[in-house]
Amino acid sequence: MAAWRDFWRRYRRKTSAMIGLVLLCFVMLVALVGPWLVSADPWDIVVSPFLWPGVDPEFPLGSDTLGRDILSGIVHGSRVSLLIGLAATAAALGVGVTVGAVAGYFRGWPDDLLMRITELFQTIPTFLLAVVLVAIFKPSMLTIILVISAVSWPAVARLVRAEFLSLREREFVQSCVVIGMSEARIIFQQILPNCLAPIIVMSSILVASAILTESGLSFLGLGDPNLMSWGTMIGIGREAMRTAWYMSALPGVAIVITVLALNLVGEGLNDALNPRLKNR
Amino acid sequence: MGSAAQRTDGSRLVRFLARRSAQAALTLLAIVMLNFLIVHLAPGDAIDVLAGEFGGADTAYLEKLRRSYGLDQPLYIQLFQYLFNVAQLNLGFSFRNNMPVFELIMTRLPATLLLMVASMLLSFSAGLLLGVFSARRVNTFADDAVSVLALLCYATPLFWFGLMAIVLFTVKLNLLPGNGMYTIGANLGWFAAALDVARHMVLPACSLALFHMAVYTRLMRASMLEIFGLDYIRTARAKGLSQRRIAFRHVLPNAILPMVTMLGLQVGSLLGGAVLVETVFGWPGLGRLAFDAILQRDHNLLIGILLLGSALVVIANLLTDLLYAWLDPRIEVA
Repeated sequence: MAAWRDFWRRYRRKTSAMIGLVLLCFVMLVALVGPWLVSADPWDIVVSPFLWPGVDPEFPLGSDTLGRDILSGIVHGSRVSLLIGLAATAAALGVGVTVGAVAGYFRGWPDDLLMRITELFQTIPTFLLAVVLVAIFKPSMLTIILVISAVSWPAVARLVRAEFLSLREREFVQSCVVIGMSEARIIFQQILPNCLAPIIVMSSILVASAILTESGLSFLGLGDPNLMSWGTMIGIGREAMRTAWYMSALPGVAIVITVLALNLVGEGLNDALNPRLKNR
Repeated sequence: MGSAAQRTDGSRLVRFLARRSAQAALTLLAIVMLNFLIVHLAPGDAIDVLAGEFGGADTAYLEKLRRSYGLDQPLYIQLFQYLFNVAQLNLGFSFRNNMPVFELIMTRLPATLLLMVASMLLSFSAGLLLGVFSARRVNTFADDAVSVLALLCYATPLFWFGLMAIVLFTVKLNLLPGNGMYTIGANLGWFAAALDVARHMVLPACSLALFHMAVYTRLMRASMLEIFGLDYIRTARAKGLSQRRIAFRHVLPNAILPMVTMLGLQVGSLLGGAVLVETVFGWPGLGRLAFDAILQRDHNLLIGILLLGSALVVIANLLTDLLYAWLDPRIEVA
């Protein structure tokens, strides 16, 4: 409890971190309860097309080229973006932490092998790989999540490996070895909890970049065809950009706010969890 | 410096080059094998795609085709066949474009390279300037403003920025072209033509540079601040050198090194960004080709672009290593 209060005191000190937190809470609230407050289905044609924002109070953000409610699209899109961001990050953490822990704890040939594979994945252009994989394996929520995690685990693996390499030399780990603790317990109960701080910081950045990747994919037409996502909306609005630029502009603002919030929270967490570096 | 020392230095550099090239070749081999894996995990094989192209065909004929393409062979034979083909730069045939994939890629590569080099130079120099600017005014309003700008650049999807730039600079202000690489139908001299391409390149290059400008800015700022705290800077201050001289002559040259490492890493993400930016701006390069390949379900072409893109990253990393070794003599090259 005291540790939490201490952490909160340090987090709260930074204005930008608090702004990020407020924005993020807002986006999460929209994703949680928003879909009940707007048109049930963002694909429904509810009003005449090309309605500018602020003209009809019933559709405050206007309508797109077919007359679909843009506010409804943005609200439903927040759910898609956050869900894909969180799921892809969880999967990337699962793979990355396992690979990094094994490589950093056992060193030797497992380390060599796993790091070669990690470097390989870091050499291949990330977004290009994501595009090719989604295009070949047919776009769906699941493939998008799997593909984004497939391109984002290497960064986690390198981070966890570096932490494990330094932590496993520490005295508390040596004493665990001496009392005959099993390797699995040393890895998961002793070392892993000690490198949680950098993993948590990295997670918020990973969610942010997953949301950016997803928006890029769905802008190219590689989104789940059943889901209205922000990237899809920008792609739809692009057709009418010369006359009705708000159609692309509004979902883009939603992306910027969400990603900015996640980055600010990530920085705030970094400062609060690593008090030694606070003067940077 | 005797000639013996120079000779050993030279041979060390050669050995370093040889080792890095061998590593790069191995990486490429692994990437080719990974591509083979992707193709084989994909639902349906090349013949199914072909059958789709022709609107279906009877199964006996498809089986015959499979045999003639060697697709009934064991997997390892197919892998060797694939490696053999790639080694000869045979990346298959794009039926949609009626052209070998490798040739098709080569016709589009120059436009993408031009765009990439331009946005690399732009992001590197802008990041350098902003980073130095902000590090010299640490914790002031100007420093905070640069930080906010960098954070916004981090959070902005580059394709969206490109679209908004078109709305502002092309549609509203009518200042810059927002589509294509040159004015179609214009019969210009070489200088006017180069200027024309440059004008077309402003918006796409800026969109592509935005994200990495933020990366370089933050990297440069952090790196400058770290070096400002070192002993030799205190010595320089004690000698009574001016702040400006310390910043530009003593800190800057050393602070640039981490940025050089970033250059090699940037190439991969630029290629990914090029898919989006070239799609937005109708830039006739590899990225636009990849987008067309998605629309046309031309998997051969997509895989070929991925392969060549990866090769480009490997080459860029090799060049960065060399540049780094040349810039920083402390690096152990042996």
